[in-house]
Order: sequence, then C-alpha cells, then structure tokens
Amino acid sequence: MGKRTVVHGSFSVDRYYPASPERVFAAFGTAEARAQWMHTWKGQHLAATHHTLDFWPGGIESFECVGPSGHRYRYVGRFYDIVAPDRLVYAYEMYQEDVRISVSLASVQLTRDRGGTQLVYTEQGVFLDGLDGPATREAGVADELAALEQVAFLRS
Amino acid sequence: MLRSMRETRSDLDQMFQALADPSRRAIVARLSEGPASVGELAGPLPMSLAAVVQHVKVLEASGLIQTRKTGRVRICRLEPAALRRVDGWIGEQRAAWERRLDQLGIYLADSAPGDASRADTDNA
Repeated sequence: MGKRTVVHGSFSVDRYYPASPERVFAAFGTAEARAQWMHTWKGQHLAATHHTLDFWPGGIESFECVGPSGHRYRYVGRFYDIVAPDRLVYAYEMYQEDVRISVSLASVQLTRDRGGTQLVYTEQGVFLDGLDGPATREAGVADELAALEQVAFLRS
Repeated sequence: MLRSMRETRSDLDQMFQALADPSRRAIVARLSEGPASVGELAGPLPMSLAAVVQHVKVLEASGLIQTRKTGRVRICRLEPAALRRVDGWIGEQRAAWERRLDQLGIYLADSAPGDASRADTDNA
C-alpha cells in the first residue's frame, strides 16, 4: 500500500445565457438534455453507458465511460438540494478502474438577469492518493502544458 | 466573499478560455520551442494572418505569452510561470466545465423556442 495523500481544490466558473432560468435549469434535469452538453471530457464527446438519473433530493446519478487513453471511469453522484430554477447542489465520486480517485461537492446557482440567466458553477473536491500521477492520468491539455512548461523553463 | 473570489479567479478564467481554442494551443506548443514572430506562428496555421494576430492578442491578454515589437516584427514568447497555474487535476476539471458550459450555451441556442432561423418543421 502506497502513501495516502489528499489534494484539495476548488474552482468556480460562470456564464450568462440569453435564456430563462427555467430553460437553463431544465437542461440539468433530464438524461436526454444532459447528454446534449455535459458528456464532454478533454475536448471529446464521451459515450456514457449504464446511465441512471434520479433527479430529486437524495436521488443518484451514475454512468460509466471510457476516457481517451482507455481508462474506464465510473461516476456516482447524489443530489442534495434541488430548488428549481434557482439552485442545484450535489456531490459525486469518480472511480478509475473501480478505484475511487476523487470525491467532490458541486453547486449550480441560477439568477434571473436582464431577460436571461446568470449561471455560477462551483466545485470543491478532494483528489485521493496521488492517482493523478503519470501512469494513471489522462493525457490532455494539462499534461501537454506541463510538458511544454518544462521545456520553456529549460530554454528560458 | 463572492466578489473577491471572482477577482482572484478572473486571471485564471482568461487563461483557461485562452487555452480552450486548439489554434491557440498550437501557438503555445510552438512557443515552447522558443520565441517566434507572429509571421512564423502563422505559417503552419490554416487561417489568415489577421486571425492569428487575434489569437496572439488573446494569449497575451491572458498572461500566457509576452510579445514585443521590434521594428515591424512582433516577437512572441511563452510566459512559463503562467502555465504552472493551469496544470493539475483541478485545472482539468475546470477546463472540462468551461467546455461544458460553452456546450450548454450552444444547446440552449439550438433549442430556443420560436427561433426564426430554424426549419419550419421544427415549429411546435
């Protein structure tokens, strides 16, 4: 058994949409709508399998997918607070090859604004046991850029 | 507290949005091999020089690159310290959500009710 570690992280992103909060909130509420925009990772559309969605407080969402490098992922989320069309609070676990790699808390806040909607997405999570090391991480923008940064540093 | 969160977030926002474009990532990749003029950057890219200039401006505004004009030539170079802030698991999560929220905007626009530009068969 290797060293046990935890990495904390959080971020928040926001957008303005020229659509009502009701329409924006509805885009989160069904599997069909979510499949239209949410199943993207590393710039690729991911085919989610075994997808279940119980969109109510206490309900579970789960699905599996295969990442660009072939790693198998499983997502298991629980909804805690659903107040249409104002907010959504949920937590989720991510597994890679059946090993838990992260646990996160997420919230979506919608505010009516000038005929449209201001959306704020906030996430905070713990990433477990350094499973973001080179052997297990997906190659993607961050890895490419980490490599670039090393090259740039050496040349500067 | 939300306001101060936004202030510290805004520069990272710009970097992630700058990197969300594949042409800009290609420019950053080229600059990792050393400084280059805008003309040299434009060479391999399938777009006009004016479009490349726009991409360079976005990258410079985000802090990922620096540029300096020498005579008529603008030389670009990578700002390595900026890239360190983008790396890591949280960076990947954030980048994924930047794309998802962009996709959500497209989905909302495509499914907007009463849109005059849509085909007649779509009118409910």
